[in-house]
Amino acid sequence: MLQLLRDKILAGERLTRQDAIELFRSDDLFTMGRLAANIAEKYNGRNAYFIVNRHINPTNICINRCKFCAFSRSKGEEGAFELTIEDILAKLDAAFKSAHHITEVHIVGGLHPDWPFEHYLDMLRAIRAKYPTLAIKAFTAVEIDYMAKSSGLTVTDTLKALKNSGLELMPGGGAEIFAEEIRNKLCPEKISGRRWREIMEAAHSVGIKTNATMLYGHLESIEDRVDHLMLLREVQDRTGGFQAFIPLAYHPKNTEIGGWYSSGIDDLKTIAVSRLVLDNFAHIKAYWIMLGEKISQVALLFGADDIDGTIIEEKITHMAGAMTGEGMAKDELIGLIKKAGKIPVERDAFYQRIKVYE
Amino acid sequence: MNNITQRIDKQTALDLLKNADLLDLGAQADTIRKDLHPEGVVTFVVDRNINYTNVCINQCTFCAFYRSADSPDAYILSREEIFKKIDETIALGGTQILLQGGLHPDLDLEYYVDLLRSIKERYTINVHGFSPPEITYLAQKHHLTIREALTVLRQAGLDSIPGGGAEMLSDRVREVLSPKKIKSSQWLKVMEEAHKIGMRTTATMMFGSIEGPEDIIDHLDALRSLQDRTGGFTAFIPWSFQPGNTELLKQNSGAGSQKSGAQSKINTATAVDYLRVLALSRMYLDNIKNIQASWVTQGLKLAQVALRFGANDFGSTMIEENVVRAAGVSYTVSKEDIIQAIKGAGFKAAQRDTYYTILQNF
Repeated sequence: MLQLLRDKILAGERLTRQDAIELFRSDDLFTMGRLAANIAEKYNGRNAYFIVNRHINPTNICINRCKFCAFSRSKGEEGAFELTIEDILAKLDAAFKSAHHITEVHIVGGLHPDWPFEHYLDMLRAIRAKYPTLAIKAFTAVEIDYMAKSSGLTVTDTLKALKNSGLELMPGGGAEIFAEEIRNKLCPEKISGRRWREIMEAAHSVGIKTNATMLYGHLESIEDRVDHLMLLREVQDRTGGFQAFIPLAYHPKNTEIGGWYSSGIDDLKTIAVSRLVLDNFAHIKAYWIMLGEKISQVALLFGADDIDGTIIEEKITHMAGAMTGEGMAKDELIGLIKKAGKIPVERDAFYQRIKVYE
Repeated sequence: MNNITQRIDKQTALDLLKNADLLDLGAQADTIRKDLHPEGVVTFVVDRNINYTNVCINQCTFCAFYRSADSPDAYILSREEIFKKIDETIALGGTQILLQGGLHPDLDLEYYVDLLRSIKERYTINVHGFSPPEITYLAQKHHLTIREALTVLRQAGLDSIPGGGAEMLSDRVREVLSPKKIKSSQWLKVMEEAHKIGMRTTATMMFGSIEGPEDIIDHLDALRSLQDRTGGFTAFIPWSFQPGNTELLKQNSGAGSQKSGAQSKINTATAVDYLRVLALSRMYLDNIKNIQASWVTQGLKLAQVALRFGANDFGSTMIEENVVRAAGVSYTVSKEDIIQAIKGAGFKAAQRDTYYTILQNF
């Protein structure tokens, strides 16, 4: 069924929008998986990467209140929280004292109505001062846009100020799905897809590498997914600034739009198609928090080469009904990768090898 | 089921299990599943586990459910409690109860006969009950042959027998996991006798503990040989050992294993292992028509993937499940979740009865 595409992929030709649609529509899961695994091996050999990291969500108070989100709260609402800079440092301290010697902190939070730009700079400076070698990956494009507005700076100047205070990388969140009609239903208050891409390009141009994501399994069509991938590929052609693509499976619990979990088969297919379409991305991540450790492991045979990390404390997906733990031990990550027949490689935030577990 | 031209022998199966590419195994199993079930329907049964007692003299090391008779948590369900559970099951469209318990030293054949009769007097429901260890225990206690014990139970209302207690049909493995439980040959004997008097049963396999690949192949081969003789198995249900709260885990997580998790003798099955065993089972068991995905141990997402690695049935909705839950794993789902999961995986969903007859399409 996928014969023509197969030849094209094996010849190293770039897939078109129509090819990608055909892949998503195809029922030939195994051919797709094998092709994607083949490409993944070309890019990363038999390596599967993981990182010893910690997530920190400084606040869940958010003015956006997207309909797919179970994490955000309004100010004063029950369950709303905000961490002080001391709280954040205490969490990092605990992570360093535990068996995890973290090499990256991942910080994302809500759009807090009262926090001035300076607060974010202070947060970064405090972490940088205390942990000079810890990689700081922080703030989605949505937060950057908000900071630019509140500070009155251009996006580029906002990013430069953050970078000067310690920001080294940005996560890929907030991309959701670019298709306008769906985006308006999911998150009408959030920045547009175009704005997200502009901010990412600006970040890349000031030397901040980022990830890219796509939230799928809610209201979008196959065409919407493919258009999303095509737009990311275009940006990457121009900047080369994306490190990894991370498809995010929608979680329906406690959200306004409800619905069902994406199927495990769809998850694997989305990984495979992403690997095949995004020929200019070095890494495809099967984020275990969102896919579950089981599907993430299987995804390593369907084109993924990274399963994220120890995380320690995950809140956003858990409030929407994640069935995983909030963190995973390093040994467990290594075991999952080995049993999938891959070589576990502990990486740093920039995909430099720290240790290979043969 | 004659469309599979050539049977896989044990040596080939062992080689495939150890060395084959998982996606190749999956693709082959998927093709076989499509040949056997070309309608694209995935079935499930609405039933409830009723564990009439948790007292068990076998005390298997992989089990977190059993208690000794003098334990404060020990229980025997009363008739009223059992009837209430059956009422609820029927109200939810259930057609079967899975009646299973431990080997309680004080419960004799009369208890079982009375229980079955009282259920059948009140309800039209399939009683899928008592695994081979329970049946063997009763027969021995009353000096009956297996066939005699089965006949008495059947006359009292037992319809079919679940495939539990098979664990791993390798006496080497059983010696560690369940030294007091019946041996492999006895498990197979009970099933054979049941089939011979016209009862249908399922067959299970619990892997991911201390077995090796050879044990898995021996297990599958024993089932295939028996099925050749009797044709009595309706389905095969492989699942993976859930280590939480079990003696086996405690025995294997001593000081030595802390530094490197690999030192433990337990070879816990990951998702990839599960799919591998499942796919190979579909290939090897050419005479067992149905293979169940175990969402109870694997979660709904991997169970969906399992439908492309050889499984064609989603098992039970499990209105109540206690044994796996005791090992710290609990995925609670509704009938609607099951239907949506099947549809989401690209199949048509249908409720079936114990004998795989379709009752309702969704």
